[in-house]
Amino acid sequence: MHHSHSSSTSALSLADLPGPDVAIRPLHHPWRWISGGLVILLLAVIGRAFAVGQIQWTVVGEFLTAGVIITGFGWTLLISACALVLGVLLGFAFGIMRLSENPILRFAAWLYVWVFRGTPVLLQLLIWFNIALVFPRLYIPGLIDARMVDVVTPFVAAVLGLGVNEGSYLTEVVRGGISSVDKGQKEAAHTLGMTPGQTMRRIILPQTLRLILPVLGNSAIGMLKFSSLAATIAMGEMLNAAQRIYFINGAVIELLFVCAVWYLAGTTVLSIGQYYLERHFGRDGAAATRERRWFKGWARRPVAPGEA
Amino acid sequence: MTLAVKAVGIRKSFGSHEVLKGLDLEVAYGEVLCILGPSGSGKSTFLRCINHLETPNGGYVWVDGAIMGYELSRGALEGLPVKRLRAQQSQLGMVFQHFNLFAHRTVLGNVIEGPMVVRGLSRAEAEARAMGLLEQVGMAAKASSYPSQLSGGQKQRVAIARALAMEPRVMLFDEPTSALDPELVGEVLEVMRNLARGGTTMIVVTHEIGFAREVADRVVVMIDGEIREMGVPTHVLSNPGDPRVRSFLSRVLA
Ligand SMILES: Nc1ncnc2c1ncn2[C@@H]1O[C@H](COP(=O)(O)OP(=O)(O)OP(=O)(O)O)[C@@H](O)[C@H]1O
Ligand SMILES: [Mg+2]
Repeated sequence: MHHSHSSSTSALSLADLPGPDVAIRPLHHPWRWISGGLVILLLAVIGRAFAVGQIQWTVVGEFLTAGVIITGFGWTLLISACALVLGVLLGFAFGIMRLSENPILRFAAWLYVWVFRGTPVLLQLLIWFNIALVFPRLYIPGLIDARMVDVVTPFVAAVLGLGVNEGSYLTEVVRGGISSVDKGQKEAAHTLGMTPGQTMRRIILPQTLRLILPVLGNSAIGMLKFSSLAATIAMGEMLNAAQRIYFINGAVIELLFVCAVWYLAGTTVLSIGQYYLERHFGRDGAAATRERRWFKGWARRPVAPGEA
Repeated sequence: MTLAVKAVGIRKSFGSHEVLKGLDLEVAYGEVLCILGPSGSGKSTFLRCINHLETPNGGYVWVDGAIMGYELSRGALEGLPVKRLRAQQSQLGMVFQHFNLFAHRTVLGNVIEGPMVVRGLSRAEAEARAMGLLEQVGMAAKASSYPSQLSGGQKQRVAIARALAMEPRVMLFDEPTSALDPELVGEVLEVMRNLARGGTTMIVVTHEIGFAREVADRVVVMIDGEIREMGVPTHVLSNPGDPRVRSFLSRVLA
């Protein structure tokens, strides 16, 4: 095959070869232009449909900066941030427990993941919100004694529901990150005399953190969106605020679009932040993060570190 | 002759597989001991038992006046808390076949880690001494590189400096050149030769018969979890008594 191919091109004899200044015309790609044109056309059609549809864009613009919406968005951000912090803490705690030498700790961590990853987050939110039905009083001797309904406000229920659920995912991520740091480094640390705690803090976790950073970025983006579920438990975050407005003025789609704009703004900022965070951590030389692009972060899972 | 290490009746099994069948060994200060033997004979396991990366199932290791991992009380060995075991382990510098450098730390960061965290040295002092050690292994110019930017031979020289930084009483080497490209073996052996000349006590598991012949004060040949031959290199390597040792040596010397 190869042979016949090369002999057919060799029909161009050396004497016929052009000089070094010969004009070069690169291949054209007409299909790129045609497909690109089609997509632009399609977008224009969709855009026009919305422009002339039954939407009062002035109402969208009006409510975009309405006080109630902004306050709601503030709550959305606060819930997301608190739940993410809780989720990360739980993820590290249970992720480390998952790899403990103590079988009871391992089992407890497994149970946590099994329960909270195995049930819908909306269900978990509703259960936290109604937890007072099971435990009317929260009583920890010497610490707290109060009615459960006073403790578990919609805000607390939202943070607990979203954070504990996220923690169950991050537990698995942290576990994967820790076990992908090769065992030899742990042994090297031991032979230097470092205790298990020092080894975990100084050798394993920093490398784990770098590996799971892209996942944390996705978690933050996901959390911002999932916080809208808290609207169902009477938490006055942005979606809930929008609903209360459109129940009165009837501008349903307009207010939902307002929310969409703010969510998009939030997730865009987070994506940009994720890009810079990864670039910053990638600089420290670990091979794992060297050729990262922001758009890869969306679907990234921990990768094995380069051999050291 | 002052003893540095004395291993007594070391046994180790993985499941039902008995890997070490009761090994005894004594190493004096300033001595270089090479451990030879076919693959799977238990050399690495023995070395790892000496510094308690593996806990022996039987027997014990005495290092400079203390028993590794235990305390003698009323005629029995009582296990020590992890912190005290680690302190003992830091007396034995370990160099691994696969380097095991900390991937997120620079060369300098690797070398100062132990002195700062375990011995509580200030960063300035740890760095000053680390630079001296890196000089000694010819890696000072790469102090701010990361391990992923180094060749195998360079990594291993950094690993040696890292182990030396704890000022261990004894250096243990587990096939330090086996993972290296042939042209990089020399630079690592050269560093080890200099250490030996400087009087460092060393236990070296190796397949480099030439190195053993030249540098070792004594060699040990292990086969199937037992020490079959022990003595000065010229004697052991040229006319071993044990037939299995003879067949092993004829294979590696061929
Ligand atoms: N952690 C472990 N679990 C189970 N078996 C093990 C473990 N470590 C070593 N072994 C077994 O113990 C035996 C001795 O292994 P060891 O690594 O000590 O041999 P070695 O002499 O160092 O060989 P090599 O020259 O290939 O490094 C082998 O059969 C090996 O499979
Ligand atoms: Mg080995």
